[in-house]
Amino acid sequence: MTTPRTMFEKVWSAHEVVPETADTPAVIFVDLHLTHEVTSPQAFAVLRERGLKVRRPDLTLATMDHATPTRTEQVFGGAPISIDSAARQIRQLEHNCAEFGIELFGLQHELRGIVHIIGPELGLTQPGKTIVCGDSHTSTHGAFGALAFGIGTTEVGHVMATQCLLQKKPRTLAIEVHGRLPAGVTAKDLILAIIGRIGVSGGTGHVIEYRGEAIRALTMEERMTVCNMSIEAGARAGMIAPDETTYGYLRGRPRAPQGEAWDRALEQWNQLPTDPGARFDRSVEIDANTLEPMITYGTNPGMVVPISQSIPDRRGDPVFDAAMKYMGLQPGESIQNAPVNVVFVGSCTNGRLSDLRAAANMIKGRRVASGVHMLVVPGSQAVKRAAEAEGLDEIFRAAGAEWRESGCSMCLGMNGDTVPKGQYAVSTSNRNFEGRQGIGARTLLASPETAAASAIRGRVTDPRTLIHG
Amino acid sequence: MQPIKTIRSRTVVMPATNIDTDQIIPGRFLTTTSKSGLGAHLFADWRYRSDGTPDPDFILNRPEAAGCRILVAGRNIGCGSSREHAPWALLDYGFQAVISTEIADIFRNNSLKNGLLPVIVDEATHSWLLANPGAEVEIDVERAELRLPDGRSVSFPIDGFARYCLVNGVDELGFLLSKQAEIAAYETRRR
Repeated sequence: MTTPRTMFEKVWSAHEVVPETADTPAVIFVDLHLTHEVTSPQAFAVLRERGLKVRRPDLTLATMDHATPTRTEQVFGGAPISIDSAARQIRQLEHNCAEFGIELFGLQHELRGIVHIIGPELGLTQPGKTIVCGDSHTSTHGAFGALAFGIGTTEVGHVMATQCLLQKKPRTLAIEVHGRLPAGVTAKDLILAIIGRIGVSGGTGHVIEYRGEAIRALTMEERMTVCNMSIEAGARAGMIAPDETTYGYLRGRPRAPQGEAWDRALEQWNQLPTDPGARFDRSVEIDANTLEPMITYGTNPGMVVPISQSIPDRRGDPVFDAAMKYMGLQPGESIQNAPVNVVFVGSCTNGRLSDLRAAANMIKGRRVASGVHMLVVPGSQAVKRAAEAEGLDEIFRAAGAEWRESGCSMCLGMNGDTVPKGQYAVSTSNRNFEGRQGIGARTLLASPETAAASAIRGRVTDPRTLIHG
Repeated sequence: MQPIKTIRSRTVVMPATNIDTDQIIPGRFLTTTSKSGLGAHLFADWRYRSDGTPDPDFILNRPEAAGCRILVAGRNIGCGSSREHAPWALLDYGFQAVISTEIADIFRNNSLKNGLLPVIVDEATHSWLLANPGAEVEIDVERAELRLPDGRSVSFPIDGFARYCLVNGVDELGFLLSKQAEIAAYETRRR
């Protein structure tokens, strides 16, 4: 009898080129490497310095997302990109991909988008693969039962030169989510509640496997939202076992296996889920039935409360005090009705079609409150086209929101889409760190539903109070 | 990479917990295609006032911080973004080691690959270091020991391979490139 294994262990051992020894880490093969303009230039420079080629250009795909403009005239209209250094980075990626033979979805390409949106969209993200990218939200791809994690630029160079990484085996953490999410409670609320529970370093050194009835009931786009923020709990990777939902999403996607290859793949994918009796190093249980919409009040994603509750009072704790000072919020005060100046719907966390539909559904026939700036940025050009085909862009525009080209945009403000100093942004992105969305910006992380509801009222609003009847 | 065997320096203390990589180097400085010069932007939003002048209250702007090569940080430094610009900025500024009770995974990996030593210590040692800014300490990389001024020495965990690479100035890419035959065999097996 073979020892029962976790899904992580199966994927890990299938990719060991050289197993870990007492003296050396394992050499792990990478099935898919995604890259973008911001964390790759210095890696290409190393290849050039050392006279190396990209070993498997067929397994790397490049896109542009982090520093790219979202204004149509700068993407398609020939207007200059407003940040010179970003324009140089974009040109550098074009040059690097041409020189090293890497497929690139350039600025005007119809398949361009946020790196973690396009992998799944194309069907390149598949169960059992190892997937890496110079971006911490690579954990998103784990929603398909892939082992996917963010790496630094030095490691980007390692993958390009050898298609492998040196890795120490991480530990495993099972997060078992019982029950069902109540109506009006989203995948974003679930992952924020999980981070609130285990803390921003609770997953350090671990790969999370999200399990249980509530996880099985999620759509692929919802599962991606959950896995995306694994890194916000300190875990480099989060995984969800593939099932019919996964296969239904992947079937027929342009770069998913087709025909007989699909049948063979399916046979392998069905072997991936964790065996009964397999042991995790740690486990945590969450009851989905009791969850509510969640929103952050502080300066890390673990500082989060159910929207009906008050900001906790932990005065005397220096982290809490510093966060309150930065955020300009009061301990013990209700988070509902906190002021809102900016609303951002987008990012690799919540920039997919279902997210835009959820926000549009809330805002349809209503107006963004006067004085509130609402920015809607699709996660990819394909998401943008699909949303426009359904008329979502018209709903947002009619409500007074801005509709842009795809990219990371205001999640990290690298491209100039920033929140002004001191202003409050309800954002569907993943990080509420000081200055993340702009110098002095005050971020409250929430779901697309909560973001849209807050845009309508100009105050932090429980979306359940505004659901169209 | 230069071999690193010992680091001896006074410490700079930043007691904040969860110092994320957006604080170490804000996103707007990432539109660069080089590794150099990032030290000027290290902790930019804490270090400079809105008019661009140094904030005299921020620890790195104080005279006692000059020349310090060891940063003692609150629990869980380096969380968040995978940007390697964070260790590049710390190194470019002049730091050689970061000490905390918890160091986030990606930041820790990125640091080791650039010769910035991540040192994880126990709560008691950490408390002592936080309470004694400017203490002259020595980090012996080969023995994986941190020596405090009172003569105490505390061992810290470091992966043996990473230590070998640091002490000998070996970069990991060279090691990976030496495995090309195994990689080719794996690719054939998987076809």
